[in-house]
Amino acid sequence: MAEKGKKKIPRQAMPEQDPKVRAHNFDEVPYGYDEKLAQLEAQRCLQCKKPKCVEGCPVEVEIPQFIKFIVEGDFAAAARQLKNKNSLPAVCGRVCPQESQCEQTCILGKKGEPVAIGRLERFAADYERNNNLVTIPEVEAPTGKRVAVVGSGPASLTLAGDLIKKGHEVIIYEALHTPGGVLIYGIPEFRLPKAIVAAEVDYLQKMGVKIETDVVVGKTTTIDELLEDHDAVFLGVGAGLPLFLNLPGENLCGVYSANEYLTRSNLMKAYKFPEYDTPIALGKNVAVIGAGNVAMDAARTALRLGADTVKIVYRRSRAEMPARAEEIHHAEEEGVQFELLTNPVRFIGNEEGWVTGMECIRMELGEPDESGRRRPIPIEGSNFTMECDTVIVALGTRANPLIPSTTPDLKLNKWGYIEADPETGATSKEGVYAGGDIVTGSATVILAMGAGRKAANAIHEYIMGNA
Amino acid sequence: MYKIVDKKVMAEGTVCQLEVEAARVARKAKPGQFIVLRIDEKGERIPLTMAKKNVDKGTLTIIFQVVGKTTAHLATLEPGDALIDVIGPLGMPTHIEKYDGPVICVGGGTGVAVLYPITRGYKEAGNEVIGIIGARTKDLLILEDEMREVTDDLRITTDDGSYGHHGFVTDVLKQILEERNDVKMVVGIGPVPMMRFVCKTTEPFNVPTTVSLNPIMVDATGMCGACRVTVGGKTRFVCVDGPEFDGHQVDFDELTLRLRMYVEEEKKSYELFKQKHA
Repeated sequence: MAEKGKKKIPRQAMPEQDPKVRAHNFDEVPYGYDEKLAQLEAQRCLQCKKPKCVEGCPVEVEIPQFIKFIVEGDFAAAARQLKNKNSLPAVCGRVCPQESQCEQTCILGKKGEPVAIGRLERFAADYERNNNLVTIPEVEAPTGKRVAVVGSGPASLTLAGDLIKKGHEVIIYEALHTPGGVLIYGIPEFRLPKAIVAAEVDYLQKMGVKIETDVVVGKTTTIDELLEDHDAVFLGVGAGLPLFLNLPGENLCGVYSANEYLTRSNLMKAYKFPEYDTPIALGKNVAVIGAGNVAMDAARTALRLGADTVKIVYRRSRAEMPARAEEIHHAEEEGVQFELLTNPVRFIGNEEGWVTGMECIRMELGEPDESGRRRPIPIEGSNFTMECDTVIVALGTRANPLIPSTTPDLKLNKWGYIEADPETGATSKEGVYAGGDIVTGSATVILAMGAGRKAANAIHEYIMGNA
Repeated sequence: MYKIVDKKVMAEGTVCQLEVEAARVARKAKPGQFIVLRIDEKGERIPLTMAKKNVDKGTLTIIFQVVGKTTAHLATLEPGDALIDVIGPLGMPTHIEKYDGPVICVGGGTGVAVLYPITRGYKEAGNEVIGIIGARTKDLLILEDEMREVTDDLRITTDDGSYGHHGFVTDVLKQILEERNDVKMVVGIGPVPMMRFVCKTTEPFNVPTTVSLNPIMVDATGMCGACRVTVGGKTRFVCVDGPEFDGHQVDFDELTLRLRMYVEEEKKSYELFKQKHA
């Protein structure tokens, strides 16, 4: 098709569940493109000689090439092309913040709307999986080297895939009972079906990766013990300690960290209580503090658990909300309300120790702070009480001290995260590498995957004696 | 899977002891630490204490009281059955040192199961150890022989007077504290009201008092904060900071309320289980 014709095709929307219906079920929100829609969208790609989109991708996916395969109707080839650089395309197509990465730099976005790269990525990966076209790649001859991978989130899964292909023995040690890390306990079913994560884990296992669940490194074993019978260790444990506000009444019943709320619902399947044993508060009026992706996930989970009202309480304004545009849009469509420029002051409870309300104060934006965002300042005397019977604190996480406390020679930065070389993931301890949120603090799936890839290369060089 | 190799029913069928294969946990377990277990795919994760371990056999012994669905289900399991998950050892081990005066270890109900390895630890460190264990009635008393072995002096109380002192563990505790002014440490483990009273009893005597808390947990590795408790005005996570704390600093009111957070759901779950197994 001529370039002019291409430009006339509008960006194709993904068909999705009606917001009124989906606000009451846990099924995935978008249905994804069908073949026709995918090809139509793929035709919009200008196949740039120097593709800007690739520069915007932390793992440099060969975007024009995979899109070209979709145009040609060879969807399995598109998926294989994706997997050259991204071992989890079905996941990334769903959870990457494309609008600030590949799609932000897409040339079409300058004058109109960028190519829907994320939706195409998701389509190709789903097509391959749903049609049983996934092929298990050949792995190189065994090297006799063993690598321990601690945690099984996106950084670890990427690294495990890379190292197993090079012929190393790879053993993942996971503290929880199901592998996948944040993809399992954090991101809800309606945004990332758990069957997709299970399929990715299964793919790694078929390549030979071993996974041992129920192993809490720092408790069940230590890094030093792992180093006794492994040639290198990778720490991809995430930033697993929730932040609270330290406000009066925060330990009332009904006040959750987002980690707890989402773990109960996602990992423990509390939304299926009493079929599953783990309960969760079924709040009528739910307040979620924070406006990142995790806050949106918690808010939309609360709706699906039957809440009448769900409010996002955020101290800055809409422009500063850190969540993906699509998550905010979906939450709003489903009926989540936004109490912006509002900050909690204390939690109010009844005699049974249950939260019944939250005293808040209105905020205004002042001068930019160190994050470059305008600093929220309380407006004196603007206090008011918001009624709520469930509060979810979604303010991010910090570093879990379980591993550092048993590994004294592992250097940390002033926030408690592990110090690692940004190019190799090498830590202060020989043979130990780290990547993902435990190094950077809360970030994205794709950045963790990028760190996993770099560390895999560095570990390969190290154990083969080249480093 | 973690195979059950032995089972004993104690205290008139209300308390149950299971020995479970979990070699890598047993290898690391220290007094004061706990495990999290899950029975099957639909099960919840519950924290339980390890009363004993056998490193050679690679087994752990857990003792629990039937209080709801998960513990009732657990009590129906027999040797040969298996648990889907056993995770641990979790929490900080008891800080054990040699004191120049007696240590009093006070246990109530199934709390004695938590107390036993700690008592043993104090004894093995060369301390003079006085034990006080109590139950509602004689048949509910557990681990008497084991506790006798690891104490220099074991006192027993029952609420109904069917065995030992007629009254509460705190009666005997107070009496000993009045008789001896060289007590260096008290460890009190049992139901929340009992631990609260142990702390109230020791407070006027200025004797450091450790309690072991058992709040609701999910992951038990510090990730979720379900187990948070106020100690000395600060929020602590029992799973990683505890389970043992200075009892004089613990906000027992808050702990009591938080333990009741899912009381309705727990009832519902238990009723459904009983109907199914009737």
